[in-house]
Amino acid sequence: MRFDQPADPNAADQGRVLGRPHARIDGPLKTTGTAPYAYERHDVAVGQLVGYPVVSAIAKGRIKAMDTRAAEAAPGVVAVITTLDREPLPKARMNVVHLFGGRDIQHYHQAIAVVVAETFEQARAAAALVRTDYHQDPDARFDLAAERRAHQDDEVEPASRVGDFDSAFQAAPVKLDATYSTPGQCHAQMEPHASIAQWKDGTLTLWTANQMVAWSRKALAKAFDLPLEKVRLDSPYIGGGFGAKLFLRADAVLAAVAARATGRPVKVALPRPMIANNATHRGLTIQRLRIGANEDGRITAIGHDNTTNTPPGGGGEEATIPTEHFYAGANRLLVHRPLEMHLPESNAMRAPGDTAGQMALEVAMDEMAEKLHMDPVAFRVLNDTQVDPGNPERRFSQRHFVECLERGAREFGWSKRNRTPGGRRDGVWLVGHGMAGAYRGSPAQASGARVTLKPDARVRVETDMTDIGTGSYTIIAQTAAEMLGVPLEAVQVSLGDSDSPVSAGSGGQWGAASATAGVYAACLALRERIAERLGAEPGDLAFEDGQVRHGGETTPLAGIGGDGDLVAEDRIEFGDFRDKDYVLATFASHFVEVGVHAYTGEIRVRRMLAVCDAGRILNPITARSQVIGGMTMGVGAALMEELKVDTRYGFFATHDLASYEVPVHADIGEQQVIFLDGEDPCSSPLKAKGVGELGICGVSAAVANAVYNATGVRVRDYPITLDKFLDRLPRPA
Amino acid sequence: MRAFTYQRAASPQEAALAAAGTDHARFIAGGTNLLDLMKIEVETPTHLIDVNGLGLDTIEATDDGGLRIGALVRNTDLAADHRVRRDYGVLTRALVAGASGQLRNKATTGGNLLQRTRCPYFQDTNMPCNKRQPGAGCAAREGASRQLAIIGASEHCIATHPSDMAVALRVLDARVETIDGQGRTRHISLADFHVLPGETPHIESVLEKGELITAVTLPAPPGGRHFYHKVRDRSSYAFALVSVALVLRADGSGRVALGGVAPKPWRDERAEAALPRGAGAVIERLLDGARPTQENRFKVTLAERTLAAVLAEAKE
Ligand SMILES: Cc1cc2nc3c(=O)[nH]c(=O)nc-3n(C[C@H](O)[C@H](O)[C@H](O)COP(=O)(O)OP(=O)(O)OC[C@H]3O[C@@H](n4cnc5c(N)ncnc54)[C@H](O)[C@@H]3O)c2cc1C
Ligand code: SF4
Repeated sequence: MRFDQPADPNAADQGRVLGRPHARIDGPLKTTGTAPYAYERHDVAVGQLVGYPVVSAIAKGRIKAMDTRAAEAAPGVVAVITTLDREPLPKARMNVVHLFGGRDIQHYHQAIAVVVAETFEQARAAAALVRTDYHQDPDARFDLAAERRAHQDDEVEPASRVGDFDSAFQAAPVKLDATYSTPGQCHAQMEPHASIAQWKDGTLTLWTANQMVAWSRKALAKAFDLPLEKVRLDSPYIGGGFGAKLFLRADAVLAAVAARATGRPVKVALPRPMIANNATHRGLTIQRLRIGANEDGRITAIGHDNTTNTPPGGGGEEATIPTEHFYAGANRLLVHRPLEMHLPESNAMRAPGDTAGQMALEVAMDEMAEKLHMDPVAFRVLNDTQVDPGNPERRFSQRHFVECLERGAREFGWSKRNRTPGGRRDGVWLVGHGMAGAYRGSPAQASGARVTLKPDARVRVETDMTDIGTGSYTIIAQTAAEMLGVPLEAVQVSLGDSDSPVSAGSGGQWGAASATAGVYAACLALRERIAERLGAEPGDLAFEDGQVRHGGETTPLAGIGGDGDLVAEDRIEFGDFRDKDYVLATFASHFVEVGVHAYTGEIRVRRMLAVCDAGRILNPITARSQVIGGMTMGVGAALMEELKVDTRYGFFATHDLASYEVPVHADIGEQQVIFLDGEDPCSSPLKAKGVGELGICGVSAAVANAVYNATGVRVRDYPITLDKFLDRLPRPA
Repeated sequence: MRAFTYQRAASPQEAALAAAGTDHARFIAGGTNLLDLMKIEVETPTHLIDVNGLGLDTIEATDDGGLRIGALVRNTDLAADHRVRRDYGVLTRALVAGASGQLRNKATTGGNLLQRTRCPYFQDTNMPCNKRQPGAGCAAREGASRQLAIIGASEHCIATHPSDMAVALRVLDARVETIDGQGRTRHISLADFHVLPGETPHIESVLEKGELITAVTLPAPPGGRHFYHKVRDRSSYAFALVSVALVLRADGSGRVALGGVAPKPWRDERAEAALPRGAGAVIERLLDGARPTQENRFKVTLAERTLAAVLAEAKE
């Protein structure tokens, strides 16, 4: 099915199941510990061995030699496979650094061997016995600030240029020129990367935790030079991803290499202390924001110049992304400078580009509003745009950003905010209020599904779509239930199996809108099949209460296909009108109250409010969970999360969950989420968009602005920890 | 983790004897620190002597009006003991400010005192660390040192002792009771128990090889009001940037110790004399000679402001 024009009213609009607050259908499996996560799938293959990774002790150079004799002789060891045993495995385009093979070391904790043994403890003990000699390459670059100084004046082709930024900025009566930095961040997802691999009759099967089954199937086929049909991936349950599991990672290739070498199934998980440096992270950024405005507050010039780290060949964190479309302004200049460095691989993490970009942009907007003596809400309202500022022909399909701002201000009690930075006390706490806007594009990807009607009127949906804790199982079941007029409990959903139709996967917040559209298409195909059976036109059928109504007759779904299954498969493909004629995006406003201890500078978030504009909300419970999760992650990014770079050794020193701090329960006070009513017919047949990434955008800036409001001290270097402002924090009288 | 042999001792003395006579032996109590470090091969004992089940898990009143806390008393139980809550509030407050509920259920009094530093380079065996490998150098001094010591350290090691409990015990004038393989016991003042790194950062306490902690004793209650303020980057489940333990008497005199700033709980009885003059005067004396790094210079200010916060709270 093609989606080539805005959706008309259709069968998914009835709101019987879709749009209703249903608890997750996979919830009981998760809360009882019975959902089969990759590492615990003991039943899928007999005789599983355990592989433990050996990782590089240096960040850049070559391996001179490896001595595996002691490891091989250790108890229980079946095989030791080193990176020297083979050429680099061919890598997919999505991966920047090599995952395994060859002598070259591209980053700290790169996988250089896997020790395979009968038990985990044996493999781990033996892995520590592998001795490696390195030749360190002294020509390595680990310090983003130093690299930026060296490359500040490099001529680069702007990522986007509209009008004449330089002249307009020069001429602007009110100007801001400020530089912000964001650190590397770790996905810190609860479930580590993990895979079990088995080779059987020339087919490689991988039970794994992966957000994008089809991409990674392809990547695996490429790595091992196999035809696609000889590779199967199964990833039904994923304990968090946030982008960490978009691509093939070392767990998968080590398991596959080891399973081939030993002739037995092998499982490999990345131990927590290896994840930060072995896998990917959100890249570091240093961002210069320049905004020029007229006295009345209208933006005339906006410039965003972003510097970020990447291994050779990558793109880094593209923090200029939000600035392209978010606010009005005739003169615009976006510059993106990914500098090639030798830290681990920077790559996608929840709302890549937008998260880091809005951490800077939305603070700059706050600073600008202050310079203009304007309410930051009013400043944003004034600079709203309903068209692409670089191409006014393209309208936003829907943009209710102003409603987000105004509704948020009302619900939060913005008019009662502290208006004098540093001016409000509650006991020893300085109280501050801050807000920010949020923006995230809403792309869609082709997505397929197969729907089966069983003789007993149960429905089975199969797609390789994944649920990374987001609620995909539930909204997919809701879609099928809505389309076929059956209760939610009658729908069984199978996800993450590469034998199923290829879906959009979980990434770029396109999953919910795209995958449900694919299921919608497959359900329409099934309705046609049913119409054929009844000798009716599909359009004349109504599906309700497990029955089909046509003309004056009612036929139960049960038995409509006789004793057999009725099966239909289809795929939604999105036409380019979405991007050519429109800009599709999601919006939010965030309002935050913080307390800052007047003596010690400890920061506590007291309450948070988000108002979101994200098309039709398919399930308010799972959508809310996405947004409060994003808000929590935004608090982490604002106040504590940092992959601390050791610029001498070239690694992230905070590489475990004790030192890479993410928020705990006690850090999160009241969280309120409001979804504006909205249906975006340009987005999908279900008129839905994504919320998972929108939830984190803008949050950190709202926290940062609240901290400024509480203290009167502006910190432009994330995370905002007390050491960065304590010496400027006025002493309590 | 290396393979190890495991022994369940029948008595404290037998445990001490076994540890003294075996190379690379370690006692295991709650295991919350030791096992983590064994998994990453920072600790590589080849023999573990389990000291659970030796009857060292009770809290008893002493003849001089104090308490004797068995070395195996769990942090949770110690914090909840009604006598501790009533008479040694600073200890309860420090304990519950540490780690998490699950960890405190396992963590023991003895193990807490002997927990190792959280220096990131100590925990990464690829990095030079004098504490792990004497003579290797110290990667932290010019590296990620934000969490580390500003005083009492040396050019060989700037690690902090991360315990909260120990800071409270220090203001309470606790003593550590030990036994050796010959059955000899010692009472060591907590002030003398941890040693500064100097040129030998791998030596962290005055315990002899095989010497087992059997108890921690508290003298009669000090009276006064008890405070423990721990400053960290998140609200819970994080180690202190700086912590202040304070026992303040009605006349304005009192006792202060700092955590998070030194290789041991940091207290100087002479500095306490300045308490009536306020936080600035106390900290000036207490942190006299501090040698912070660029990254942890803020701890000097933070210590002073945290003590000021506690003193202000005390006035309310
Ligand atoms: C994630 C995390 C967060 C934490 N946060 C904090 C915090 O905020 N504040 C804080 O104070 N602590 C914190 N801790 C540390 C925790 O308090 C310690 O791990 C715990 O107290 C150690 O006690 P244990 O009984 O488990 O010791 P074990 O791990 O069993 O032993 C530790 C050491 O003590 C030795 N030992 C144990 N008992 C004796 C004895 N009786 N005599 C002689 N030697 C002995 C062992 O041989 C070993 O060397 C944290 C720990 C973790 C893992
Ligand atoms: S500070 Fe101490 S523990 Fe840390 S690296 Fe230096 S010597 Fe090792």
